Amino acid sequence: MTEYSSTELLICIAARVFENGKTCFIGTGVPMLAASLAQRLYAPDLVAIFEFGGTGAQLEDLPMAVGEARTFHKALAASGICDIMETAQRGFIDYGFLGGAQIDPYGNLNSTVIGDHGSPKVRLPGSGGGNDVGSLCWQTIALMRHDKRRFVPQVDFVTTPGFLTGPGAREAAGLPVNTGPIAVISTLATMGFDSDTCRMQLEALHPGVTLEQALDNTGFELLLPTEVKRNAHPTAEELRVLRDEIDPTGLYI
Amino acid sequence: MQVVDSGIGELIQPPDMEAFREWNRTQKSRTLIDKRMSEREAISRFVHDGDYIGTELYGTVRCPMSLSRELIRQGKKELRVAGQGVLELDMWLAAGLVKKLDITYIGMEVYGVSNGLRRAVESGQVESVTEWSNAGITWRFKATSIGAPFIAVRSMLGSDTFKYSAAKSVECPFTGLTVCLIPALVLDVGLIHVHRADRYGNCQIEGISGFAFEMARACKRLVISAEEIIPTEEIRRYPDRTIIPFYLVDAVVHAPFGSHPGEMAYMYARDEPAIQEWIEANKTAEGAQAYMDRLVHGVADHEEYLERVGRQRLDELIEMRERRE
Repeated sequence: MTEYSSTELLICIAARVFENGKTCFIGTGVPMLAASLAQRLYAPDLVAIFEFGGTGAQLEDLPMAVGEARTFHKALAASGICDIMETAQRGFIDYGFLGGAQIDPYGNLNSTVIGDHGSPKVRLPGSGGGNDVGSLCWQTIALMRHDKRRFVPQVDFVTTPGFLTGPGAREAAGLPVNTGPIAVISTLATMGFDSDTCRMQLEALHPGVTLEQALDNTGFELLLPTEVKRNAHPTAEELRVLRDEIDPTGLYI
Repeated sequence: MQVVDSGIGELIQPPDMEAFREWNRTQKSRTLIDKRMSEREAISRFVHDGDYIGTELYGTVRCPMSLSRELIRQGKKELRVAGQGVLELDMWLAAGLVKKLDITYIGMEVYGVSNGLRRAVESGQVESVTEWSNAGITWRFKATSIGAPFIAVRSMLGSDTFKYSAAKSVECPFTGLTVCLIPALVLDVGLIHVHRADRYGNCQIEGISGFAFEMARACKRLVISAEEIIPTEEIRRYPDRTIIPFYLVDAVVHAPFGSHPGEMAYMYARDEPAIQEWIEANKTAEGAQAYMDRLVHGVADHEEYLERVGRQRLDELIEMRERRE
Protein backbone atom coordinates (compact mmCIF):
# COMPACT_ATOMS: atom_id res chain seq x y z
CA MET A 1 0.00 0.00 0.00
CA THR A 2 1.21 3.51 -0.85
CA GLU A 3 1.57 6.08 1.93
CA TYR A 4 -0.79 9.05 1.73
CA SER A 5 -1.65 12.23 3.61
CA SER A 6 -4.93 13.00 5.42
CA THR A 7 -5.81 15.51 2.68
CA GLU A 8 -5.27 12.91 -0.04
CA LEU A 9 -7.49 10.50 1.88
CA LEU A 10 -10.21 13.15 2.24
CA ILE A 11 -10.11 13.86 -1.51
CA CYS A 12 -10.25 10.18 -2.49
CA ILE A 13 -13.16 9.37 -0.14
CA ALA A 14 -15.05 12.46 -1.35
CA ALA A 15 -14.42 11.54 -5.02
CA ARG A 16 -16.32 8.28 -4.53
CA VAL A 17 -19.47 10.21 -3.56
CA PHE A 18 -19.97 11.90 -6.96
CA GLU A 19 -22.46 10.24 -9.31
CA ASN A 20 -22.44 10.27 -13.07
CA GLY A 21 -25.00 12.56 -14.71
CA LYS A 22 -25.61 14.63 -11.60
CA THR A 23 -25.16 18.35 -11.12
CA CYS A 24 -22.81 19.37 -8.37
CA PHE A 25 -22.03 22.77 -6.90
CA ILE A 26 -18.27 22.98 -6.35
CA GLY A 27 -16.01 25.39 -4.52
CA THR A 28 -12.24 25.65 -4.76
CA GLY A 29 -9.87 23.44 -2.81
CA VAL A 30 -10.72 19.87 -1.78
CA PRO A 31 -14.18 19.67 -3.51
CA MET A 32 -12.56 20.75 -6.76
CA LEU A 33 -9.83 18.10 -6.48
CA ALA A 34 -12.38 15.45 -5.55
CA ALA A 35 -14.63 16.40 -8.49
CA SER A 36 -11.68 16.29 -10.87
CA LEU A 37 -10.69 12.85 -9.59
CA ALA A 38 -14.30 11.64 -9.88
CA GLN A 39 -14.54 12.94 -13.47
CA ARG A 40 -11.45 10.95 -14.42
CA LEU A 41 -12.25 7.70 -12.61
CA TYR A 42 -15.89 7.33 -11.63
CA ALA A 43 -18.25 9.95 -13.04
CA PRO A 44 -17.12 11.26 -16.45
CA ASP A 45 -20.45 13.00 -17.02
CA LEU A 46 -20.47 14.80 -13.69
CA VAL A 47 -21.73 18.35 -14.30
CA ALA A 48 -19.52 20.65 -12.25
CA ILE A 49 -21.17 23.97 -11.41
CA PHE A 50 -19.29 27.01 -10.12
CA GLU A 51 -21.10 29.91 -8.52
CA PHE A 52 -19.96 32.72 -10.80
CA GLY A 53 -21.26 31.03 -13.94
CA GLY A 54 -19.25 27.96 -15.03
CA THR A 55 -21.43 24.94 -15.92
CA GLY A 56 -20.08 21.61 -17.13
CA ALA A 57 -16.36 22.42 -17.20
CA GLN A 58 -13.79 19.77 -17.94
CA LEU A 59 -11.65 19.95 -14.84
CA GLU A 60 -8.27 19.47 -16.47
CA ASP A 61 -6.34 22.11 -14.55
CA LEU A 62 -7.00 23.22 -11.01
CA PRO A 63 -8.83 26.52 -10.63
CA MET A 64 -7.42 28.80 -7.94
CA ALA A 65 -10.65 30.80 -7.73
CA VAL A 66 -14.37 30.07 -8.20
CA GLY A 67 -14.59 32.62 -11.00
CA GLU A 68 -11.44 31.96 -12.94
CA ALA A 69 -11.28 30.68 -16.50
CA ARG A 70 -10.57 27.08 -15.53
CA THR A 71 -14.06 26.91 -13.94
CA PHE A 72 -15.47 27.16 -17.47
CA HIS A 73 -12.67 25.37 -19.35
CA LYS A 74 -14.33 23.56 -22.31
CA ALA A 75 -17.57 24.08 -20.39
CA LEU A 76 -21.13 23.76 -21.65
CA ALA A 77 -22.14 27.21 -20.45
CA ALA A 78 -20.57 30.34 -19.04
CA SER A 79 -23.27 32.52 -17.50
CA GLY A 80 -23.36 34.52 -14.27
CA ILE A 81 -24.08 34.18 -10.58
CA CYS A 82 -27.82 34.87 -10.85
CA ASP A 83 -28.28 32.09 -13.42
CA ILE A 84 -26.43 29.61 -11.20
CA MET A 85 -28.17 30.53 -7.95
CA GLU A 86 -31.58 30.65 -9.63
CA THR A 87 -30.88 27.23 -11.16
CA ALA A 88 -30.25 25.94 -7.63
CA GLN A 89 -33.42 27.65 -6.42
CA ARG A 90 -35.43 25.91 -9.19
CA GLY A 91 -34.22 22.51 -7.94
CA PHE A 92 -31.68 21.68 -10.66
CA ILE A 93 -28.61 21.23 -8.47
CA ASP A 94 -28.34 17.80 -6.90
CA TYR A 95 -25.32 18.13 -4.64
CA GLY A 96 -23.38 20.89 -3.01
CA PHE A 97 -20.07 20.70 -1.22
CA LEU A 98 -19.51 22.87 1.82
CA GLY A 99 -16.86 23.66 4.38
CA GLY A 100 -16.47 25.87 7.41
CA ALA A 101 -14.57 26.67 10.58
CA GLN A 102 -17.18 24.96 12.77
CA ILE A 103 -19.90 22.33 12.38
CA ASP A 104 -22.53 21.26 14.95
CA PRO A 105 -24.50 18.01 15.44
CA TYR A 106 -27.22 19.23 13.04
CA GLY A 107 -24.70 19.99 10.29
CA ASN A 108 -25.00 23.77 10.64
CA LEU A 109 -21.81 25.47 9.48
CA ASN A 110 -20.01 28.62 10.57
CA SER A 111 -17.72 30.58 8.27
CA THR A 112 -18.58 34.08 9.55
CA VAL A 113 -17.21 34.80 13.05
CA ILE A 114 -15.58 33.13 16.02
CA GLY A 115 -17.05 34.83 19.08
CA ASP A 116 -19.73 37.50 19.10
CA HIS A 117 -20.84 39.08 15.81
CA GLY A 118 -20.62 42.60 17.20
CA SER A 119 -17.08 42.21 18.52
CA PRO A 120 -15.66 39.04 17.00
CA LYS A 121 -12.55 37.28 18.21
CA VAL A 122 -11.90 36.21 14.63
CA ARG A 123 -13.66 37.71 11.63
CA LEU A 124 -13.91 35.00 8.96
CA PRO A 125 -14.72 35.68 5.28
CA GLY A 126 -18.51 35.22 5.57
CA SER A 127 -21.12 33.16 3.74
CA GLY A 128 -20.15 33.67 0.14
CA GLY A 129 -22.18 31.10 -1.75
CA GLY A 130 -22.20 28.74 1.25
CA ASN A 131 -25.58 29.76 2.63
CA ASP A 132 -27.18 29.51 -0.82
CA VAL A 133 -25.69 26.06 -1.44
CA GLY A 134 -26.91 24.88 1.98
CA SER A 135 -30.34 26.42 1.40
CA LEU A 136 -31.04 25.55 -2.23
CA CYS A 137 -29.18 22.39 -3.35
CA TRP A 138 -31.03 19.11 -2.83
CA GLN A 139 -28.31 17.51 -0.74
CA THR A 140 -25.12 18.81 0.79
CA ILE A 141 -21.88 17.22 1.87
CA ALA A 142 -19.52 18.97 4.29
CA LEU A 143 -15.78 18.42 4.12
CA MET A 144 -14.02 19.10 7.44
CA ARG A 145 -10.78 18.65 9.32
CA HIS A 146 -11.81 16.66 12.37
CA ASP A 147 -11.02 18.10 15.80
CA LYS A 148 -12.84 19.44 18.85
CA ARG A 149 -12.45 23.08 17.83
CA ARG A 150 -14.31 22.36 14.60
CA PHE A 151 -16.88 19.76 15.73
CA VAL A 152 -18.68 21.81 18.39
CA PRO A 153 -22.00 21.42 20.29
CA GLN A 154 -23.16 24.78 18.96
CA VAL A 155 -21.61 26.87 16.22
CA ASP A 156 -20.89 30.51 17.11
CA PHE A 157 -22.83 31.61 14.01
CA VAL A 158 -25.10 29.66 11.66
CA THR A 159 -23.70 30.90 8.36
CA THR A 160 -25.08 27.97 6.39
CA PRO A 161 -28.14 25.97 7.47
CA GLY A 162 -27.84 22.27 8.15
CA PHE A 163 -30.90 20.91 9.93
CA LEU A 164 -30.96 24.11 12.07
CA THR A 165 -32.53 23.04 15.43
CA GLY A 166 -33.65 19.59 14.31
CA PRO A 167 -36.52 17.77 12.57
CA GLY A 168 -38.86 20.08 10.65
CA ALA A 169 -36.85 23.24 11.35
CA ARG A 170 -35.74 23.81 7.74
CA GLU A 171 -39.28 23.57 6.39
CA ALA A 172 -40.61 25.75 9.23
CA ALA A 173 -38.07 28.44 8.29
CA GLY A 174 -39.27 28.31 4.67
CA LEU A 175 -36.35 26.43 3.12
CA PRO A 176 -37.27 24.11 0.22
CA VAL A 177 -38.62 20.74 1.37
CA ASN A 178 -36.60 17.53 1.24
CA THR A 179 -33.29 19.38 1.23
CA GLY A 180 -30.43 19.27 3.72
CA PRO A 181 -27.12 17.70 4.64
CA ILE A 182 -26.53 14.02 3.89
CA ALA A 183 -22.91 13.53 4.82
CA VAL A 184 -19.86 14.93 6.54
CA ILE A 185 -16.52 13.67 5.33
CA SER A 186 -13.75 14.49 7.77
CA THR A 187 -10.08 13.66 8.06
CA LEU A 188 -11.04 10.83 10.46
CA ALA A 189 -14.38 9.40 9.33
CA THR A 190 -17.54 9.57 7.24
CA MET A 191 -20.72 10.63 9.00
CA GLY A 192 -24.40 10.80 8.08
CA PHE A 193 -27.48 12.12 9.88
CA ASP A 194 -30.01 10.08 11.87
CA SER A 195 -33.36 10.32 10.09
CA ASP A 196 -35.42 10.67 13.30
CA THR A 197 -33.34 13.23 15.19
CA CYS A 198 -31.37 14.87 12.34
CA ARG A 199 -28.24 14.49 14.49
CA MET A 200 -24.86 13.53 13.13
CA GLN A 201 -24.11 9.82 13.19
CA LEU A 202 -20.84 8.03 12.57
CA GLU A 203 -20.94 5.77 9.52
CA ALA A 204 -17.43 4.65 8.70
CA LEU A 205 -13.94 5.22 10.07
CA HIS A 206 -11.02 5.97 7.80
CA PRO A 207 -8.24 3.36 7.63
CA GLY A 208 -6.16 3.25 10.82
CA VAL A 209 -8.54 5.48 12.81
CA THR A 210 -9.96 4.08 16.06
CA LEU A 211 -13.47 4.72 17.35
CA GLU A 212 -11.95 6.44 20.41
CA GLN A 213 -10.00 8.82 18.19
CA ALA A 214 -13.16 9.84 16.33
CA LEU A 215 -15.15 10.32 19.54
CA ASP A 216 -12.33 12.14 21.38
CA ASN A 217 -12.01 14.62 18.53
CA THR A 218 -15.71 15.41 18.42
CA GLY A 219 -16.99 18.09 20.79
CA PHE A 220 -20.49 16.61 21.01
CA GLU A 221 -22.10 13.20 21.32
CA LEU A 222 -21.67 11.48 18.00
CA LEU A 223 -24.44 8.93 17.42
CA LEU A 224 -23.21 5.42 16.71
CA PRO A 225 -24.69 2.96 14.23
CA THR A 226 -25.19 -0.71 15.08
CA GLU A 227 -22.16 -1.48 12.98
CA VAL A 228 -19.31 0.97 12.32
CA LYS A 229 -18.03 0.46 8.80
CA ARG A 230 -14.50 1.05 7.60
CA ASN A 231 -13.54 3.14 4.56
CA ALA A 232 -11.12 1.59 2.09
CA HIS A 233 -7.61 2.97 1.59
CA PRO A 234 -7.12 5.24 -1.39
CA THR A 235 -6.30 2.98 -4.33
CA ALA A 236 -2.98 3.18 -6.12
CA GLU A 237 -4.88 4.42 -9.19
CA GLU A 238 -6.61 7.20 -7.21
CA LEU A 239 -3.31 8.38 -5.78
CA ARG A 240 -1.53 8.17 -9.13
CA VAL A 241 -4.17 10.25 -10.92
CA LEU A 242 -4.35 12.73 -8.05
CA ARG A 243 -0.59 13.22 -7.84
CA ASP A 244 0.48 12.89 -11.47
CA GLU A 245 -2.44 14.41 -13.33
CA ILE A 246 -4.55 16.61 -11.06
CA ASP A 247 -2.10 18.30 -8.72
CA PRO A 248 1.38 17.59 -10.10
CA THR A 249 2.87 20.70 -8.49
CA GLY A 250 1.53 19.73 -5.05
CA LEU A 251 -0.47 22.90 -4.59
CA TYR A 252 -3.07 21.29 -2.36
CA ILE A 253 -1.84 17.79 -1.54
CA MET B 1 -48.49 40.61 3.95
CA GLN B 2 -47.39 39.65 7.46
CA VAL B 3 -43.72 40.03 8.37
CA VAL B 4 -42.63 36.75 9.96
CA ASP B 5 -39.10 37.72 10.93
CA SER B 6 -36.69 40.63 10.46
CA GLY B 7 -32.92 40.68 10.27
CA ILE B 8 -31.31 42.98 12.84
CA GLY B 9 -28.48 44.13 10.56
CA GLU B 10 -28.30 47.78 9.53
CA LEU B 11 -29.89 48.57 6.17
CA ILE B 12 -26.83 50.59 5.18
CA GLN B 13 -28.23 51.99 1.95
CA PRO B 14 -32.06 52.08 2.16
CA PRO B 15 -33.54 51.84 -1.34
CA ASP B 16 -35.52 54.75 -2.77
CA MET B 17 -36.88 53.57 -6.10
CA GLU B 18 -38.68 56.82 -6.96
CA ALA B 19 -35.45 58.76 -6.40
CA PHE B 20 -33.58 56.21 -8.53
CA ARG B 21 -36.07 56.61 -11.39
CA GLU B 22 -35.76 60.40 -11.10
CA TRP B 23 -31.97 60.11 -11.09
CA ASN B 24 -32.08 57.96 -14.20
CA ARG B 25 -34.40 60.49 -15.84
CA THR B 26 -32.43 63.60 -15.04
CA GLN B 27 -28.80 62.62 -14.38
CA LYS B 28 -28.06 59.98 -17.01
CA SER B 29 -27.41 61.16 -20.56
CA ARG B 30 -29.04 59.38 -23.49
CA THR B 31 -26.63 61.08 -25.86
CA LEU B 32 -23.63 59.31 -27.33
CA ILE B 33 -20.82 61.32 -25.79
CA ASP B 34 -17.15 60.43 -25.55
CA LYS B 35 -16.58 59.40 -21.92
CA ARG B 36 -12.95 58.36 -22.16
CA MET B 37 -10.74 59.59 -19.35
CA SER B 38 -7.90 58.49 -17.10
CA GLU B 39 -8.26 56.50 -13.88
CA ARG B 40 -7.32 59.66 -12.02
CA GLU B 41 -10.07 61.75 -13.54
CA ALA B 42 -12.74 59.02 -13.29
CA ILE B 43 -12.14 58.31 -9.60
CA SER B 44 -11.78 61.99 -8.77
CA ARG B 45 -15.03 62.95 -10.53
CA PHE B 46 -17.28 60.01 -9.73
CA VAL B 47 -16.20 58.62 -6.34
CA HIS B 48 -16.72 60.74 -3.23
CA ASP B 49 -15.91 60.27 0.45
CA GLY B 50 -18.79 58.47 2.16
CA ASP B 51 -20.12 56.96 -1.07
CA TYR B 52 -21.78 53.58 -1.17
CA ILE B 53 -19.59 51.69 -3.66
CA GLY B 54 -19.37 48.27 -5.31
CA THR B 55 -16.87 46.45 -7.51
CA GLU B 56 -17.30 43.57 -9.94
CA LEU B 57 -16.26 40.70 -10.45
CA TYR B 58 -13.79 40.18 -7.63
CA GLY B 59 -10.14 40.43 -6.70
CA THR B 60 -8.45 37.99 -8.98
CA VAL B 61 -11.01 37.73 -11.77
CA ARG B 62 -11.89 40.57 -14.17
CA CYS B 63 -11.55 43.01 -11.30
CA PRO B 64 -11.11 46.77 -11.76
CA MET B 65 -7.74 46.73 -10.00
CA SER B 66 -6.31 49.81 -11.72
CA LEU B 67 -9.35 51.78 -10.54
CA SER B 68 -9.15 50.20 -7.07
CA ARG B 69 -5.51 51.24 -6.72
CA GLU B 70 -6.30 54.75 -7.95
CA LEU B 71 -9.05 55.02 -5.33
CA ILE B 72 -6.47 54.22 -2.63
CA ARG B 73 -4.03 56.70 -4.19
CA GLN B 74 -6.66 59.43 -3.89
CA GLY B 75 -7.54 58.34 -0.34
CA LYS B 76 -11.32 58.22 -0.87
CA LYS B 77 -12.57 57.43 2.61
CA GLU B 78 -15.50 56.48 4.87
CA LEU B 79 -16.72 54.26 2.08
CA ARG B 80 -19.74 52.06 2.49
CA VAL B 81 -19.11 48.92 0.49
CA ALA B 82 -20.99 45.98 -1.02
CA GLY B 83 -18.56 43.33 0.05
CA GLN B 84 -17.85 40.61 -2.42
CA GLY B 85 -14.16 40.84 -2.74
CA VAL B 86 -10.68 39.49 -2.67
CA LEU B 87 -7.65 41.68 -3.40
CA GLU B 88 -9.44 44.98 -4.00
CA LEU B 89 -11.44 45.04 -0.76
CA ASP B 90 -8.60 43.50 1.23
CA MET B 91 -6.52 46.50 0.11
CA TRP B 92 -9.21 49.11 0.81
CA LEU B 93 -9.73 47.62 4.27
CA ALA B 94 -5.98 47.54 4.89
CA ALA B 95 -5.83 51.19 3.80
CA GLY B 96 -8.54 52.06 6.35
CA LEU B 97 -10.96 53.45 3.76
CA VAL B 98 -14.05 51.42 4.69
CA LYS B 99 -16.65 52.53 7.25
CA LYS B 100 -19.55 50.14 6.68
CA LEU B 101 -19.88 46.78 5.00
CA ASP B 102 -22.64 44.77 3.41
CA ILE B 103 -20.60 41.60 3.37
CA THR B 104 -21.04 38.30 1.67
CA TYR B 105 -17.44 37.13 1.30
CA ILE B 106 -14.18 38.89 1.77
CA GLY B 107 -11.36 36.39 1.78
CA MET B 108 -8.42 35.21 -0.25
CA GLU B 109 -9.93 31.91 -1.48
CA VAL B 110 -7.11 29.33 -1.53
CA TYR B 111 -4.95 31.62 0.61
CA GLY B 112 -7.47 31.80 3.45
CA VAL B 113 -8.86 34.71 5.44
CA SER B 114 -8.52 38.39 4.55
CA ASN B 115 -6.15 39.98 7.02
CA GLY B 116 -7.40 43.39 5.93
CA LEU B 117 -10.92 42.37 6.95
CA ARG B 118 -9.74 40.80 10.20
CA ARG B 119 -7.83 43.88 11.37
CA ALA B 120 -10.51 46.35 10.29
CA VAL B 121 -13.46 44.48 11.83
CA GLU B 122 -11.82 43.06 14.96
CA SER B 123 -10.45 46.51 15.88
CA GLY B 124 -13.85 48.12 15.36
CA GLN B 125 -12.53 50.38 12.61
CA VAL B 126 -15.40 49.19 10.40
CA GLU B 127 -18.43 50.53 12.25
CA SER B 128 -21.15 48.30 10.88
CA VAL B 129 -21.22 44.86 9.25
CA THR B 130 -24.40 43.48 7.71
CA GLU B 131 -24.36 39.87 6.46
CA TRP B 132 -25.73 38.49 3.18
CA SER B 133 -25.31 35.34 1.13
CA ASN B 134 -23.64 35.65 -2.24
CA ALA B 135 -26.93 35.19 -4.07
CA GLY B 136 -28.56 37.53 -1.55
CA ILE B 137 -26.32 40.48 -2.34
CA THR B 138 -26.50 39.81 -6.08
CA TRP B 139 -30.29 39.56 -5.92
CA ARG B 140 -30.25 42.97 -4.22
CA PHE B 141 -28.64 44.30 -7.42
CA LYS B 142 -31.17 42.32 -9.42
CA ALA B 143 -34.08 43.92 -7.55
CA THR B 144 -32.69 47.35 -8.44
CA SER B 145 -32.06 46.17 -11.99
CA ILE B 146 -35.72 45.23 -12.44
CA GLY B 147 -36.71 48.51 -10.78
CA ALA B 148 -38.46 46.90 -7.81
CA PRO B 149 -37.88 47.70 -4.11
CA PHE B 150 -37.31 44.06 -3.16
CA ILE B 151 -37.16 40.56 -4.52
CA ALA B 152 -38.56 37.39 -2.91
CA VAL B 153 -36.17 34.44 -2.63
CA ARG B 154 -35.82 31.13 -0.79
CA SER B 155 -32.24 31.44 0.45
CA MET B 156 -30.84 32.72 3.78
CA LEU B 157 -33.91 31.59 5.76
CA GLY B 158 -33.46 30.17 9.27
CA SER B 159 -29.78 31.13 9.55
CA ASP B 160 -27.75 33.73 11.43
CA THR B 161 -26.79 35.05 8.01
CA PHE B 162 -30.46 36.10 7.83
CA LYS B 163 -30.54 37.30 11.45
CA TYR B 164 -27.60 39.67 10.95
CA SER B 165 -28.81 40.82 7.52
CA ALA B 166 -31.38 43.52 6.78
CA ALA B 167 -33.70 41.05 5.03
CA LYS B 168 -37.22 40.18 6.18
CA SER B 169 -39.25 37.02 5.86
CA VAL B 170 -42.95 37.09 5.05
CA GLU B 171 -45.71 34.65 4.27
CA CYS B 172 -46.19 34.57 0.49
CA PRO B 173 -49.75 35.76 -0.32
CA PHE B 174 -49.97 33.36 -3.28
CA THR B 175 -48.55 30.11 -1.90
CA GLY B 176 -48.34 30.46 1.87
CA LEU B 177 -44.61 29.68 1.76
CA THR B 178 -42.33 31.69 4.03
CA VAL B 179 -40.08 33.64 1.68
CA CYS B 180 -37.11 35.93 2.24
CA LEU B 181 -37.45 39.51 1.02
CA ILE B 182 -34.20 41.02 -0.15
CA PRO B 183 -34.18 44.84 -0.40
CA ALA B 184 -32.97 46.58 -3.55
CA LEU B 185 -29.46 48.05 -3.33
CA VAL B 186 -28.76 51.24 -5.27
CA LEU B 187 -25.04 51.95 -5.45
CA ASP B 188 -23.83 55.55 -5.46
CA VAL B 189 -21.01 54.35 -7.67
CA GLY B 190 -19.87 51.08 -9.22
CA LEU B 191 -16.57 50.03 -10.78
CA ILE B 192 -16.58 47.32 -13.47
CA HIS B 193 -13.72 46.06 -15.63
CA VAL B 194 -14.57 44.61 -19.05
CA HIS B 195 -12.81 43.14 -22.04
CA ARG B 196 -13.92 45.78 -24.55
CA ALA B 197 -15.81 49.05 -24.58
CA ASP B 198 -16.34 51.81 -27.08
CA ARG B 199 -15.80 55.48 -26.22
CA TYR B 200 -19.46 55.85 -25.19
CA GLY B 201 -19.38 52.95 -22.74
CA ASN B 202 -21.01 50.08 -24.65
CA CYS B 203 -19.33 47.04 -23.11
CA GLN B 204 -18.52 43.46 -24.05
CA ILE B 205 -17.41 40.73 -21.65
CA GLU B 206 -16.01 37.27 -22.47
CA GLY B 207 -16.41 34.17 -20.35
CA ILE B 208 -18.60 34.20 -17.26
CA SER B 209 -20.37 37.49 -16.63
CA GLY B 210 -20.39 37.26 -12.81
CA PHE B 211 -22.84 39.92 -11.69
CA ALA B 212 -21.89 42.65 -14.18
CA PHE B 213 -25.33 42.74 -15.82
CA GLU B 214 -27.17 43.27 -12.53
CA MET B 215 -24.67 45.59 -10.85
CA ALA B 216 -24.31 47.87 -13.90
CA ARG B 217 -28.07 48.44 -13.71
CA ALA B 218 -27.99 49.15 -9.96
CA CYS B 219 -25.59 52.12 -10.00
CA LYS B 220 -26.25 55.84 -9.94
CA ARG B 221 -22.76 56.39 -11.35
CA LEU B 222 -20.79 53.73 -13.21
CA VAL B 223 -17.09 53.78 -14.04
CA ILE B 224 -15.96 51.27 -16.66
CA SER B 225 -12.39 50.26 -17.28
CA ALA B 226 -11.66 48.21 -20.38
CA GLU B 227 -8.78 46.18 -21.73
CA GLU B 228 -9.51 47.53 -25.21
CA ILE B 229 -11.32 50.53 -26.59
CA ILE B 230 -13.01 49.46 -29.81
CA PRO B 231 -14.79 51.42 -32.56
CA THR B 232 -18.56 51.72 -32.21
CA GLU B 233 -18.86 49.95 -35.59
CA GLU B 234 -17.60 46.82 -33.80
CA ILE B 235 -20.33 47.23 -31.16
CA ARG B 236 -22.94 47.67 -33.89
CA ARG B 237 -21.65 44.59 -35.72
CA TYR B 238 -22.21 42.42 -32.61
CA PRO B 239 -25.01 44.16 -30.68
CA ASP B 240 -25.91 40.85 -29.01
CA ARG B 241 -22.62 41.05 -27.13
CA THR B 242 -23.37 44.36 -25.40
CA ILE B 243 -23.91 43.44 -21.76
CA ILE B 244 -23.68 47.04 -20.50
CA PRO B 245 -25.17 49.73 -22.78
CA PHE B 246 -23.69 53.23 -22.93
CA TYR B 247 -26.47 55.08 -21.09
CA LEU B 248 -25.57 53.29 -17.82
CA VAL B 249 -21.97 54.47 -18.02
CA ASP B 250 -20.37 57.70 -16.79
CA ALA B 251 -16.68 57.10 -17.49
CA VAL B 252 -14.65 54.84 -19.78
CA VAL B 253 -11.05 54.20 -18.77
CA HIS B 254 -8.66 52.42 -21.11
CA ALA B 255 -6.84 50.01 -18.78
CA PRO B 256 -4.83 47.23 -20.43
CA PHE B 257 -3.99 44.61 -17.79
CA GLY B 258 -6.46 46.50 -15.60
CA SER B 259 -7.21 43.34 -13.61
CA HIS B 260 -3.55 42.60 -12.77
CA PRO B 261 -2.57 40.70 -10.63
CA GLY B 262 -5.90 39.04 -11.41
CA GLU B 263 -6.87 37.54 -14.74
CA MET B 264 -8.99 38.28 -17.80
CA ALA B 265 -10.53 35.25 -19.45
CA TYR B 266 -8.92 34.48 -22.83
CA MET B 267 -6.54 37.45 -22.50
CA TYR B 268 -4.12 36.84 -19.64
CA ALA B 269 -3.73 34.56 -16.62
CA ARG B 270 -3.57 35.54 -12.99
CA ASP B 271 -0.10 36.45 -11.72
CA GLU B 272 0.34 34.01 -8.85
CA PRO B 273 3.63 35.36 -7.42
CA ALA B 274 2.25 38.91 -7.53
CA ILE B 275 -0.88 37.80 -5.65
CA GLN B 276 1.25 35.98 -3.09
CA GLU B 277 3.37 39.11 -2.68
CA TRP B 278 0.30 41.04 -1.46
CA ILE B 279 -0.92 38.15 0.73
CA GLU B 280 2.49 37.96 2.37
CA ALA B 281 2.74 41.74 2.80
CA ASN B 282 -0.74 42.01 4.32
CA LYS B 283 0.06 39.65 7.17
CA THR B 284 0.78 42.86 9.11
CA ALA B 285 -0.51 46.43 8.84
CA GLU B 286 3.09 47.61 8.36
CA GLY B 287 3.67 45.14 5.55
CA ALA B 288 0.50 46.28 3.81
CA GLN B 289 1.57 49.90 4.15
CA ALA B 290 5.01 49.13 2.72
CA TYR B 291 3.43 47.33 -0.23
CA MET B 292 1.10 50.25 -0.93
CA ASP B 293 3.92 52.77 -0.54
CA ARG B 294 5.74 50.88 -3.25
CA LEU B 295 3.07 49.73 -5.72
CA VAL B 296 0.12 52.08 -5.14
CA HIS B 297 1.38 55.44 -3.83
CA GLY B 298 4.85 54.80 -5.25
CA VAL B 299 3.61 54.90 -8.84
CA ALA B 300 1.89 57.83 -10.52
CA ASP B 301 -0.64 55.81 -12.46
CA HIS B 302 -1.54 52.44 -13.97
CA GLU B 303 0.98 52.87 -16.78
CA GLU B 304 3.81 53.22 -14.28
CA TYR B 305 2.43 50.26 -12.31
CA LEU B 306 2.65 48.12 -15.46
CA GLU B 307 6.24 49.29 -16.01
CA ARG B 308 7.04 47.95 -12.54
CA VAL B 309 5.43 44.60 -13.42
CA GLY B 310 7.50 44.56 -16.61
CA ARG B 311 6.69 43.76 -20.23
CA GLN B 312 8.30 40.34 -20.03
CA ARG B 313 6.06 39.27 -17.15
CA LEU B 314 2.96 40.60 -18.90
CA ASP B 315 3.87 38.59 -22.00
CA GLU B 316 4.23 35.48 -19.87
CA LEU B 317 0.74 36.05 -18.45
CA ILE B 318 -0.66 36.36 -21.98
CA GLU B 319 1.05 33.10 -22.87
CA MET B 320 -0.54 31.34 -19.83
CA ARG B 321 -4.09 32.51 -20.65
CA GLU B 322 -7.11 30.25 -21.01
CA ARG B 323 -7.55 29.49 -24.71
CA ARG B 324 -10.59 28.69 -26.81
CA GLU B 325 -9.60 25.21 -27.99
